[in-house]
Amino acid sequence: MSHSTTTGSAPEARHGLRIFLIWLPLAIIADVLIWFVWYPHLPPGRMSDQAQGQQFDIAVMAVLAAPVLLFVWVYATYALVTWRRKAGDDEDATPIRGNTRVQATWITATAVIVLGLFVFGTVQLIVPAGAGAGEGPSPIWKPDTNRILQVQVIGQQWAFTYRYPQFGGMESTMLELPVGEQIQFNVTSLDVIHSFWPYLLGVKADANPGVNNVAFAKAQQLGRFVVRCNELCGIWHGAMFNYGRVVTPTTFVAWARSVEAREARLHILTALPPYALTYDPTVIPQLGQDIVKVAGITGAGGYYYPSESQSGDPGDPESP
Amino acid sequence: MSVPVRVVTLLVAFLLVVVGAVYIVAHYVVGDLPTVDYSGAAHNGAVNVVLQEDPQNDSSSKPDWVSYYVMKPGADPTSQSSWVHTTLFSVPANTTVHMTIRGYDGCTPPRNSFWSEVQGTVGNVIAFQQFKDTNKPMGPVHITNTLNGWTHCAVGHTFAIPGLHVFVPVGSPDASASLCGDSPCVAGPFTLEKFTFRTPDHTGVFRWQCFVPCGGGFLDGNGGPMQTIGYMTGNMNVVGS
Repeated sequence: MSHSTTTGSAPEARHGLRIFLIWLPLAIIADVLIWFVWYPHLPPGRMSDQAQGQQFDIAVMAVLAAPVLLFVWVYATYALVTWRRKAGDDEDATPIRGNTRVQATWITATAVIVLGLFVFGTVQLIVPAGAGAGEGPSPIWKPDTNRILQVQVIGQQWAFTYRYPQFGGMESTMLELPVGEQIQFNVTSLDVIHSFWPYLLGVKADANPGVNNVAFAKAQQLGRFVVRCNELCGIWHGAMFNYGRVVTPTTFVAWARSVEAREARLHILTALPPYALTYDPTVIPQLGQDIVKVAGITGAGGYYYPSESQSGDPGDPESP
Repeated sequence: MSVPVRVVTLLVAFLLVVVGAVYIVAHYVVGDLPTVDYSGAAHNGAVNVVLQEDPQNDSSSKPDWVSYYVMKPGADPTSQSSWVHTTLFSVPANTTVHMTIRGYDGCTPPRNSFWSEVQGTVGNVIAFQQFKDTNKPMGPVHITNTLNGWTHCAVGHTFAIPGLHVFVPVGSPDASASLCGDSPCVAGPFTLEKFTFRTPDHTGVFRWQCFVPCGGGFLDGNGGPMQTIGYMTGNMNVVGS
């Protein structure tokens, strides 16, 4: 980039080259630091494949953004130092009337960056089966395996509970997951909109009443994680969190079967409605009749049961 | 008006708005609710806490809202003056809490029948007994892990401290009985329910709530008393023992 002076006699310094030579080592240093020092510590960590993918995405974005940011800073600083007004110099600079090389470089560089990010972002959304985001009831990006643990996440003011249809439809306040297994979260709500956010797993999916919102993840590290609600849902929204645990497959199966057996023994499984992807809070199935918006008593209408539209499909692995 | 005066005026007005907003929020959240202090009532590492839930309350502004009450430590539950209209109470840390809840409100099936299961109490059980009226039991004491909230219409509300993983369905009185209409209730049919849990070994504020959406007249039953401290939700303050 050149900037002519009004005298026109002295040879113009090669400002573009100077700026480039200042910017290049800074950009290299920044990117090396980002990739080798910052990247391993970036959120959300590597507890699941989705979390690791998001960490990689953030690192790539940071590596791309740092040179751009540094260029702006270097150019601004260079301009302030080099082209500041000198004492007694009251003349205007020569007007700039187009610079094809600068314009072409600018358009090409920004187009490459934006289109590259578009392609990168799309690939990173599709390849990891939705990148941990809620994909709605009919996900188009699925993991390429049929061995999937189904976990239903039920939001209600103000707690999450979890049902495991492959273990008799048992329900728990604990979210227990096996390491190394593909998991499908089926997220729904019994009242208002909540949001299921096990941050360390890289999963976030809205919990909407009457909607099954599907997200995928595979845990790859043992340990505990916190589940938070990420949608303002009432007075105790800030306290709506609990803890989950990633355990070995053997430990998980033992835990799930013990909960299933206990709930069968206590008749909790028969007290629960049949497993469904969503629940209609107007019917008590055990009574065999509709109870819609009960009025005149202290309790408001609100019970849950699969709606008629949620018919089971034996060929569908997600179907109860 | 000079610039300094205008600046001072602006700052004063800004501070007034901030103070007013903070006051309104604080007033809304905790109001002037008293906290019933059970920390001095503990004996040998245990304390008895008594609550009741009613189909109405004695407030002048929202008398038709369902509500919990907290009894003064060691008071007579059959005297209305023993009960405080609040949902704030404090207990010592690292203490066994023997909780008694007198359920005067009628049955309401919980939205999620999973809350029929007793969780987090000592032995994961409750002991409950239905009464026609004070000192008139309808049957023996039942010790159980579950109160089926759907098929038996046995649950009025729940008492839950999610932070301590305590989830307890609270029984309702005989469905055919006429409920107490004068709060705090000291007469009329009720269910006497008892359970025990441990407070943590550290201090803190633990919210508790009802999981039955019992805010009649509000969307999905989740407004009104469900969202207001002093009715169906509150705080258990765990203090130093």
